[in-house]
Amino acid sequence: MKVLVTVKRVPDPYAKISPNADGTDIAREGLTMAVNPFDEIALEEAIRLKEAGKATEIVAVSIGGAESQEQLRTALAMGADRAILVQTEEPLDPPSIARLLAAIVQREQPQLILMGKQAIDMDDNQVGQMLAAILNLPQATFASKITIEDSTATVERETDNGIETIRVPLPAVITADLRLNEPRYVALTGIVRARTKPLETLTPADLGITPKARVRLKKVEKPPARQAGKRVADVKELVRLLKEEARVI
Amino acid sequence: MKNISLRGGEFLLREVEPSQVFTPEDFTSEDQAIAQAAEDFVRGEVQTRNAEIEKQAEGVTVGLLKKAGELGLLSGDLPEAYGGLNLSKTTSTLLAEKMSLQASFAVSWGAHVGIGTLPILFFGTPEQKQKYLPKLATGEMIAAFSLSEANCGSDPLSARTKATLSPDGKYYLLNGEKMWTTNAGWADLFIVFAKVDGEKFTAFIVERNFPGVSVGREEHKLGIKGSSTRRVILENAQVPVENVLHEIGKGHHVAFGVLNIGRFKLAAATLGGAKEALTIATRYAKDRQQFGQPIANFGLIRQKLAEMAIQIYALESTVYRTAGMLDEVFHGIDATAPDANAQYREADEEYPVECAILKVFGSEVLDFVADETMQIHGGFGYTEEFPAAQIYRDSRINRIFEGTNEINRLLMLDQLMRRALKGKLPGLMEKIQALRAELNQPQMPTPDPADPLEAIGRYVVNAKKAVLITAGMAAEQVGTELEEKQEIVGHLADCLIQLYAMESVWLRTRKLQQKGLDITIPLAMARVFAYDAFDKIEASARRAIHSFAEGDMLQILLTALKRYTRRTAEVNTMALRRQIAEYVTQHERAWSAAGK
Ligand SMILES: Cc1cc2nc3c(=O)[nH]c(=O)nc-3n(C[C@H](O)[C@H](O)[C@H](O)COP(=O)(O)OP(=O)(O)OC[C@H]3O[C@@H](n4cnc5c(N)ncnc54)[C@H](O)[C@@H]3O)c2cc1C
Repeated sequence: MKVLVTVKRVPDPYAKISPNADGTDIAREGLTMAVNPFDEIALEEAIRLKEAGKATEIVAVSIGGAESQEQLRTALAMGADRAILVQTEEPLDPPSIARLLAAIVQREQPQLILMGKQAIDMDDNQVGQMLAAILNLPQATFASKITIEDSTATVERETDNGIETIRVPLPAVITADLRLNEPRYVALTGIVRARTKPLETLTPADLGITPKARVRLKKVEKPPARQAGKRVADVKELVRLLKEEARVI
Repeated sequence: MKNISLRGGEFLLREVEPSQVFTPEDFTSEDQAIAQAAEDFVRGEVQTRNAEIEKQAEGVTVGLLKKAGELGLLSGDLPEAYGGLNLSKTTSTLLAEKMSLQASFAVSWGAHVGIGTLPILFFGTPEQKQKYLPKLATGEMIAAFSLSEANCGSDPLSARTKATLSPDGKYYLLNGEKMWTTNAGWADLFIVFAKVDGEKFTAFIVERNFPGVSVGREEHKLGIKGSSTRRVILENAQVPVENVLHEIGKGHHVAFGVLNIGRFKLAAATLGGAKEALTIATRYAKDRQQFGQPIANFGLIRQKLAEMAIQIYALESTVYRTAGMLDEVFHGIDATAPDANAQYREADEEYPVECAILKVFGSEVLDFVADETMQIHGGFGYTEEFPAAQIYRDSRINRIFEGTNEINRLLMLDQLMRRALKGKLPGLMEKIQALRAELNQPQMPTPDPADPLEAIGRYVVNAKKAVLITAGMAAEQVGTELEEKQEIVGHLADCLIQLYAMESVWLRTRKLQQKGLDITIPLAMARVFAYDAFDKIEASARRAIHSFAEGDMLQILLTALKRYTRRTAEVNTMALRRQIAEYVTQHERAWSAAGK
């Protein structure tokens, strides 16, 4: 079974984020970048499937600038077998990303597409669903447990009403939630081995696609500073303020 | 002999181009990935278990070492032929820096990969290497180094541990007691030094389960409490003759050879520790309010934060420059060649002066940073509720082990003299002669170049002249008695440390500029560092001169010193430090071009 895993380059989850000078984007200079943590979980799941003898090949795909090669190298170091970068400097929206990924899926014909449920930079949570729709494939989102048997996947997904178990025939799109697994540490041996693993670079044109974003980022600003707390004399005053000022009761 | 940009000690005589030195900004994305992998492991697995490590909870540190082994974090310096990753020295230095974000673990890790493992790599037979190195690379075996004894620490060659050949000629029987062996609590293998027939100082590879080997109780230490430090007790310990390491009677090659790299690695570790402490101190200073505002707003606190960042920048520049030099001599050694050991030795013996400088400089920078971290924390820092106390305790050992800083100061000059006598510093005498001639020429003082970096470049050249003339005259005047006049040697060593650091800072900053990177903060740090380093060099040189020169000689030397340390440029160090402090408080870390 061939597994395709998506890998997005995002700001390190522990990095301090601030808007750039003109508010058109976040300040990127000197910002540490990392693999989207949910994609890392998806990749970890793919590697475990391979270790369990269920997957035979893992292909990592990223869409973005040339720097995204760094994250693909990380994926290769963790255990992906080869990587594809669809190189574009265009700012893309979820439908464009989904279309590019659909073209890659058609080219690669994987039995399983594993993705993060969302990327921590934009928090869109759309690409997996859109990709499944474009390809007319079954989807299982927010997976917290995946079991593959023959050509079906049984997926436990965390919802507000509890854990839902669904079964999808493969090929399918599955998106990973936080509790699916805990990704391994990258081994130095893996990094060294990744040197010789293939990393192919394509352009959207190579895939016959001219992406055009319909959603545009207009402004980035800091959330308003938290107001200082207030001391109240007694419960009575608290209740009054909750009613009149905060209007929560 | 390899064609290298600067031979050991030659920095005193010659300039190099910035393009010839390695800087942290030269790391590739693969190097960064290696650093990140190490940092993720240490932050995720090691720092989170600080309390258990410090209590020496059963199996914790050894388990972490084994886990590190699985991830390849023990095999950076080993060649592929023996299961290693064969990283360059620059990359393995970066690895050492990142592995050092928890001090006790850093010491355990460092003793294993450094003084524990490298003796076998540099001095072992092919059979010994094949037998032990792959297991040390994975952590299947943990190594330790037993040189010191209770009665001989700084003077290890006076060891009392004895080795006698067994009647059947198959074993050496070792008797004696080694003290202070790091990792002794969990090591499987010890590099032990003993005197064959009470005379010939020799290294042995001693496995823990050889008959007659045992360890004492844990020492109760001031700091790095999570590292294991015990005696190794040898009672007719049976060591097979094939476990003699290197030649009988040549144990000093092993001991001193490995300590060069050990000292260098120690400096890389202090760099990691110092950066971590600065981040902790900065966060506290931003958080702690007094007089209605964060203490980070106060000038004297900003000055501390800035000075910590400046010293870290200097240490970092010096560490990686030297790593690059080590790369030049170690690169391309074929680990399986019949003369591999000779090649390792030649490489290892090139930079003892620089390694000793780094050992002293690194440990003193870390102590300074640890002390200021404590100070910034005020009374809370003095309690165990905050990390400052542990940082303060853990830092102190670095000035003591791997040769005390006194021993390393003596060693710097001793090695320089030896290299000069062996003709390894060609041009030294001519240079000193030329300086003496120059002193007889009246010189019209010229103002410092307007470009501040250009000015620092001139200070470096002049500081070299000041140090050379002082050291040269000290050697001439005091001669063989210099060894007994350690105070003079100490002053000269202080000159060498500041000079090497100042030059490294200059070279790095210039290289940053040549690469087109934003050097606002690096330049500010370079200016303050050069300003202070030059003051220190001048003061140390003056003290040295007053300690040996009299009459006319004294006047000549003081005039020379004045001439070479003259500065005209104005440097507002307060304004520069404020600029640096601004960066540090904003980013909560030392300066870095890479954003980490
Ligand atoms: C936690 C810890 C871990 C250690 N780990 C190891 C290890 O793994 N393996 C190992 O072999 N050793 C280890 N050591 C030993 C360490 O290397 C020695 O403690 C160190 O070399 C100093 O020796 P000493 O303690 O005997 O001090 P001494 O030699 O007694 O020195 C005392 C003082 O005298 C000064 N002094 C000594 N000789 C001279 C001189 N000629 N001129 C001027 N001043 C001098 C010293 O600088 C020092 O200030 C460790 C020590 C500690 C505390």
